[in-house]
Formats: sequence, structure tokens, C-alpha cells
Amino acid sequence: MIKVSGLTKRYARNVAVNNVSFEVAKGEIVGFLGPNGAGKTTTMRVLTCFLPPSDGQAEVAGFDVVKNPMDVKKRIGYLPETPPLYPEMEVEEYLLFAGRLKGVPSSQLSARVKEVSERCSVADVSKKLISKLSKGYRQRVGLAQAIVHNPDVLILDEPTSGLDPKQIIETRELIKSLAGDHTIILSTHILPEVESMCEKVIIINKGRVVATDSVNNLTHRLRGAEAVAIEVSAREGSTIETAQVQQRLEQVSGVSRVITKEPKSGNLRFEVESLQGRHVRPDLARAIHEAGWSLHELHPVSFSLEEIFLQLTSADTTAQVPAAQLEGAA
Amino acid sequence: MSSLWIICRKELKSYFVSPIAYGLMAFVALIAGWFFYNLTASFVSYSMQMQMSGQSRPMDMNEIIVPNMLGNMSIIFLFVVPMITMRMFAEEKRTGTIELLLTSPITDLQIILGKWLAALILLICLLGISALNLMVLFMYGQPDWRPIAVGYLGLIFLGGSLLAIGEFISTTSKNQIVAGAGTFAICLLLWVLNWITQFDTSTTATVLSYICIVTHLDPFVKGIIDSKDVIFYLSVIFFGLFLSARSMESLRWRA
Repeated sequence: MIKVSGLTKRYARNVAVNNVSFEVAKGEIVGFLGPNGAGKTTTMRVLTCFLPPSDGQAEVAGFDVVKNPMDVKKRIGYLPETPPLYPEMEVEEYLLFAGRLKGVPSSQLSARVKEVSERCSVADVSKKLISKLSKGYRQRVGLAQAIVHNPDVLILDEPTSGLDPKQIIETRELIKSLAGDHTIILSTHILPEVESMCEKVIIINKGRVVATDSVNNLTHRLRGAEAVAIEVSAREGSTIETAQVQQRLEQVSGVSRVITKEPKSGNLRFEVESLQGRHVRPDLARAIHEAGWSLHELHPVSFSLEEIFLQLTSADTTAQVPAAQLEGAA
Repeated sequence: MSSLWIICRKELKSYFVSPIAYGLMAFVALIAGWFFYNLTASFVSYSMQMQMSGQSRPMDMNEIIVPNMLGNMSIIFLFVVPMITMRMFAEEKRTGTIELLLTSPITDLQIILGKWLAALILLICLLGISALNLMVLFMYGQPDWRPIAVGYLGLIFLGGSLLAIGEFISTTSKNQIVAGAGTFAICLLLWVLNWITQFDTSTTATVLSYICIVTHLDPFVKGIIDSKDVIFYLSVIFFGLFLSARSMESLRWRA
């Protein structure tokens, strides 16, 4: 549905998007993830024909954004970061205007507006002035505007920013419910959002795609290199030293790194990282037992998407194994 | 419905839902009324004097009141046009609604023409308010309506030109005040360019006074439609709208 290849967008002095390529299949929900200023909005603006690319191609529903912008625009619904609302209009009036603008035939217009107002739960404020609406309502009116012409592709730029937790959940549900009929790209820097809504995630940093994969694969792949949290103490009547334990743990085969953590209520705490594909937990337990220490806790620490994200987007950690692999895969 | 008309209708609605249109109408009614009162009162006292001194030929309203009235209307434009055009694009850019327009399946030209047309319709409404004064002349005399109509046609041309220039300036700024002040400055400059002919008759002076936007109004207010002046105004309108289109395009490249 969406095909982007070698997309580059240069501004006067800086490169906002650098050689970005990805594809989105029909009906997918894709999360576009990256820190602020990573180039998410720019990429979306290119896809919506708001900005022309400096280099590379972008296709939406088989139409090139530069050569056939009208065909592209007919097929996309776009919710920018700040919903593009006219404060002096009433909600219904605004949606009618948006519908007309996007070429909804006048015979279907009022039915469409009614349908999207109900779907986005703004029907109860349809006669209110937009300037009087709360942030949450505004966001939903913006979303209603994006789907009023029933587009094939929905592009949502930070659809939940600035909403309260309840509204965030409602908006997420709404977006999920739109998934079947529409192909959706949404950008965000909130990770749980991607985990809860998207099937696929594209991580972008400093204008480059650093990873493209399904959410499951991404967490799974990184979990291959397992981390284990351990809490140890000495048996009664004896003492142990941190360095001693650390050394012992490092000797276990398959362990790549042992990180010392802050002790808690007299217990020494460590985080052990293993090499990829090695299951070191039984060996760790045995080693501790044989050394004569008490094992209080031993559990795997899964990498959350958050950690993956940080790993992928902060420059000094990209040297780590998983990130390097992903870069190759992307 | 054509996209141009959708934009035009939305713009008109925003003029007439907000106090902008009514404020401007009140302003025009007040100032034009004052102009008219002064012109008529001086006309009356002057013609009294003429009769006293034994002039047989009655004075012509078409010769004195109408041209001055219409000429003065162009001064009102100088203030009204920046007020209309300053929000045209500056407001859309500031609130981000420009993103809705530019990502909808309509062309830049339709947006520009739609906005320009709506502003012109508002301006014609303002001219209508001023025309109410002239109705009084018809109640108490028999002025010729044709020169009046031609004069108003000229004012519509002048207004359209100034609006096109203002629209262009509005596309260049996010700030309404900047857009408004810029438009006022440019309009004022185009206004006073012909002052140079008072002391200079060189080619430069002739060219400058030709560019002056009011010299081309004079024939109209005297009731003459000269194709030269029509073409001048049409080219200014075209030029202004063309610059707006270019500026919108550059907005995309720079934004």
C-alpha cells in the first residue's frame, strides 16, 4: 500500500530524512517510532504530499507522491500533530467542509459526517464551536476529519499526544477499530502505544531507519541475548564480597557480562547478560549453590521495547550485538 | 461542487461569522458617509453661490460629487484591504490548518483563487454600503447612473489588484501583523508613486507614475472605460495571484 524507497529530505542546512526505505502492506498498523526530531513528521509530510522529497520515491496505493499528488491525496487521511481545526466553525460544519474538500459526493456527505462523528464519539458536540472544545475532543474531531472520505491510508502524527490517560486509551481503541479497513501509519515516541496498537514497527533515528520489524520479532530477537537478575547473600555466619561473586558468575560458560547493582536489604544484586542463544540460568543457580551462597532471586529480565528503543537510538550503545544485526536486517 | 467554490464559501462564512465583515462594513459606512456629507454639503452651498452670482447652467452632480466620492473610496481601500488580506494565509499557517488544505485533493491555484474571490466579494459588499449614499442623489436629482457604474467597476478592479498583492504578502508570513503592515506599506507606496510627475518628466518618472495604482482609476471615476487601464489592473491581479502561487510552492520546498 505504501512504498518508500531511498527517501531523502534536505532542508537548507540539515538532512531531516536520509535514505529511508520501507513498505507497508494493506490493512497493517505500523508504528513509526523515534525520538523528537528524528524525521517522523517529515516522512509523513512527504507521504501526504505536503512536502516534496529531495530524493527518492514514495508511493501510496500505487501512485507516486510527486507525479500524481491528486490521486494520492484522495486516498489518504492525515491527522497532523496539531489537528488542523478552524476555531470559528462548529464541529459538524467543519466536518462537512472537510468532506467536501476531500471530494465526498454531496449525496453521501451528511451520512458520512454523521457516521464519522459517531465513530469518533464527537456526535454529542456536533453543534459546538471548535474553539470551545477540550483537547481530547479536538483530537477526535481531527481524527474524524481524517477518515471522513473513507481513505485507504491513514497517516496519524502523534495521535495521542497531550491527551489524558483515559482519552489515550479511547483513542487507541478507536484507531485499532479502524485497522481492518484502513492501512494506518502512526508516529509516536510513546513505546507502550506501539506495543499495544501496532503489528509492525519502524524505528527511525536522526533521519535513518534503524529497525523495521514486527513488534513480536523485535522484542524476541533482542531477548535472544538474555539478561538475568540475581540476588545473593552469604549464608548465616559467613561473609561474601561483591568482587568474589562477580568473578564466580563470570566463570559460568555462556555469560558475557556481569553488572553489579545496588545492594538491597543486605543482598548483593547482579545482572548477568548471556551470549545469544545460551540458556545460562541453570548453570548460574548451580554455581551459586556450589559456592555456598544463598540464592534469593533469579529471574530473566526481558528487554522491553523501551530498552530496545534506547539501544537502537542512542549512539554509544549501537555497537552492541543486537543493534548491529538489526541494522543489517533493516 | 468545484473546490474553488468550497474554499470561497468557507472564507466568506468565516468573514461573516466573525465580526470582521461587520466591523469593516461599519467602518466603511461611517467614513463613506462622512465623505458624502461633506461633498454634498459643499456642493449645495457652492451651487447656491453660483445661482446668486447669476450662473444659468445648473451644476452637475456627476461632475463634482460622484468622482470625488469614488476617488475617496480608494483611500478607504488602502486601510480595508490589509485588514482583509492579513489573515488569509498567515492565520492558516499559524494554526496549522494549511496542512489540511495542502493535503486535500485540491490545487494551490484553487485555494488562492477561492480566497481571493471571497475577499473580493466582501469588498464588493463594502462598496455596496458606500453606494447607499449615492442612492440619496437619485432621490433628489437625476444623476447619470452609467458613469457611477463605471466608477464602481474601476473600484472593483483596484480592489481586486490590492487584494491580490495583499494575498501574496500574506503567503509569506506566519504573523498577521507583519502581513497586514507589509500590505499597507506596499499599497501606500504604489499609491504615491505618481507624486514624482509633479516635478519630473523623465522616462523613469513616467514609468513610475504608470505603475502607480490610482492613476489608472481616474478614467474610471470620470466614466471612461479605457482598455489600457483594464489591462493594467488585470495584469496586477494576475501578477499578485501568480506570486501567491509561487510563494505557496516555495512554502512546500522550504517548510
